[in-house]
Amino acid sequence: MSETGNRDIASAARLEAELWDDDVLVSVENLVKYYPIRGGGIISRTIGQVQAVDGVSLVVRRGQTLGLVGETGCGKSTLARCIAGLFQVTSGRILFEGRDITNLSRRQMQPFRREIQMIFQDPYGSLNPRRRVGSIIGDPFSVHKTASGAQRKRAVQELMERVGLNPEHYNRFPAEFSGGQRQRIGVARALALRPKLIICDEPVSALDVSIQAQVLNLLADLQDDFGLTYLFIAHDLEVVRHVSHSVSVMYLGKIAEQGLKNDVYDSARHPYTAALLSAAPAADPNAAAQRQRILLTGDVPSPVNPPSGCRFHTRCPKAQSLCGEQEPVLEAKAGDPANHLTACHFPVQAGEQLARAAGRDQR
Amino acid sequence: MSLLEVTDLRVDFPTADGVVRAVRGVSFSVEPGRTLGIVGESGSGKTVLTQTLLGLSPGGQVAGKAMFDGVNLLTLNSEDLRRVRGAQISVIFQDPLTSLHPMYRVGWQIAEMVRAHDSSVTKAQAAERAVELLGRVGIPNPSQRSHDYPHQFSGGMRQRAMIAMAISLSPKLIIADEPTTALDATVQAQILDLLIRLQQESGTALIMITHDLGVVADIADDVLVMYAGRAVEKADKQDIFYQPHHPYTKGLLESIPNSSAAAERLRPITGQPPSLINLPSGCKFHPRCTYVMDRCLGEEPALIPVGDSGKHRSACLLPAGALGLSDAAEDLRRRTVGEGRSAAAAQIAEAIAARPEAEGSVIA
Repeated sequence: MSETGNRDIASAARLEAELWDDDVLVSVENLVKYYPIRGGGIISRTIGQVQAVDGVSLVVRRGQTLGLVGETGCGKSTLARCIAGLFQVTSGRILFEGRDITNLSRRQMQPFRREIQMIFQDPYGSLNPRRRVGSIIGDPFSVHKTASGAQRKRAVQELMERVGLNPEHYNRFPAEFSGGQRQRIGVARALALRPKLIICDEPVSALDVSIQAQVLNLLADLQDDFGLTYLFIAHDLEVVRHVSHSVSVMYLGKIAEQGLKNDVYDSARHPYTAALLSAAPAADPNAAAQRQRILLTGDVPSPVNPPSGCRFHTRCPKAQSLCGEQEPVLEAKAGDPANHLTACHFPVQAGEQLARAAGRDQR
Repeated sequence: MSLLEVTDLRVDFPTADGVVRAVRGVSFSVEPGRTLGIVGESGSGKTVLTQTLLGLSPGGQVAGKAMFDGVNLLTLNSEDLRRVRGAQISVIFQDPLTSLHPMYRVGWQIAEMVRAHDSSVTKAQAAERAVELLGRVGIPNPSQRSHDYPHQFSGGMRQRAMIAMAISLSPKLIIADEPTTALDATVQAQILDLLIRLQQESGTALIMITHDLGVVADIADDVLVMYAGRAVEKADKQDIFYQPHHPYTKGLLESIPNSSAAAERLRPITGQPPSLINLPSGCKFHPRCTYVMDRCLGEEPALIPVGDSGKHRSACLLPAGALGLSDAAEDLRRRTVGEGRSAAAAQIAEAIAARPEAEGSVIA
């Protein structure tokens, strides 16, 4: 990152502290998270870095849902954990309601943990199997000393009722619940301290469709009732479309495209977004038969040694020599609204056909 | 003649807690060159069903008949069954990392498969065949990559290697058990395309087991919907998606978020699948069904023809003409339900209506 870039961000931040838009709950600026790779031997030196998140900026608006989409290894979960304060970031800033919460110490972070909660993907791995559900959900009250004894039990039972669990099952163990019910336990725990932001990391990926719909409806109801803001991570594009107000698409640690849901889904400008959308299976045979799939070749490159220039150029059907040399800026393309940003030198034009001959008959 | 004809297959697993009735009388057939999609949620019996055909459900008490090319698979001894497995019926599993041996090179594992079924093939010939197969499934630089270990392959490439192994002996039938569930969308698209291409080249029949209706919409010709160990609806793809008859199929379709109704509220199925040890009476779906009637509590409906295509069958007591998602069909269902419901059924229906989002009671 250049010197001027740093100064620009610093001055912009000062300006922002004075003029913090009250609509914005979280703002992430140029966030970078590298994981060091250590060599073997007695003295382990850092021999490389996994560039998991590399210069991501985004804004989560109060009471809305920002969907974060991308494939395995694109850095979406790392980004979420950085925002939740679970990881130290390498550089960049995270602002919560205008206050800088980047790399705070445990003690300094404590008050913010009440405001930011997480729901994890795996309802089996994220609940301690040896503890009773009541005490799992009640933990946040004890940690933050907001309720105890009978008061705590009542609060927990109200939460259980609210998320669609039977409050009488307060003393059961997680193993006695199904996957969907466990995810409800995770939701109740996240909700306990009435946070402002809930980060949902693939909350419905492990669930069957009928159960998935129950949990999605529950999350929507809770958002209405408590004015919650969600950062919603998923790889299922239809799910993200259903829950989100705006969407960010990540590829190899960078934002490829972001904007309001309908702008991104209906007029995707980045070839990667277009490919993702065309690859998502739709439960509609006629649509599936008519669709032109953009088949990407190969796999996602390693984030240890990402491609030069545009990180997508090695797999992009539109790539030209410029793409390998110069990194595209995330900006609004001609004809797009100001909040629809795309990082691409040769964005997809309306009506453009990207599909490669997929080599299959219409059946 | 059908390639595979399964008749009234039943599989029970005796356990300390009681008998798990995993598959309860399922019949279907697979034609050469066609794809059958088997859809169902966790625990619906779709995996046990196909694994039983290959003798891969140890401890299960199996009854019924499964004629494959004139041979009943369920009566074969293990030696004969082994000759069928791989050579005539091959399987692609969900998780390619655990299905490949981590300590052997990928090329060797494919070559081993070839040699196991034909001892006249030399090692060198088998290795050559492995490279050719890896190339055919789209692994770049196959002669070099065949010397790699599985961990050096990405998830998509491992699944391609599994497919290479599955087609190595030109089987007549491939059973793919959730082959793309662990993969990302763009990789999933690649793998589905590969399967379709290979099938078109060789005319292999395919059974695709999945919980993802999107995959079925893409690849299947015929669809079997399973619930609690039984086939509840069976039809060609168009009928399943556009003219569903069984309320469970309809519920599954309505549970999926789709773009045309992005702002709408989802309509999930209330409750959760039943325990296979302690099944409800009558229709096993009745505790979750918004169309529950008195008869549903007492009798388990048979899979009978509905609609006029002749191939469309559904195991539901609603009138055969109540097909699809149209208002007219919904009217017909509501009218039938109105007449067929008294105290007991009405009580269940009320409970469902009162808590449409609830997941019901605890399993244990």
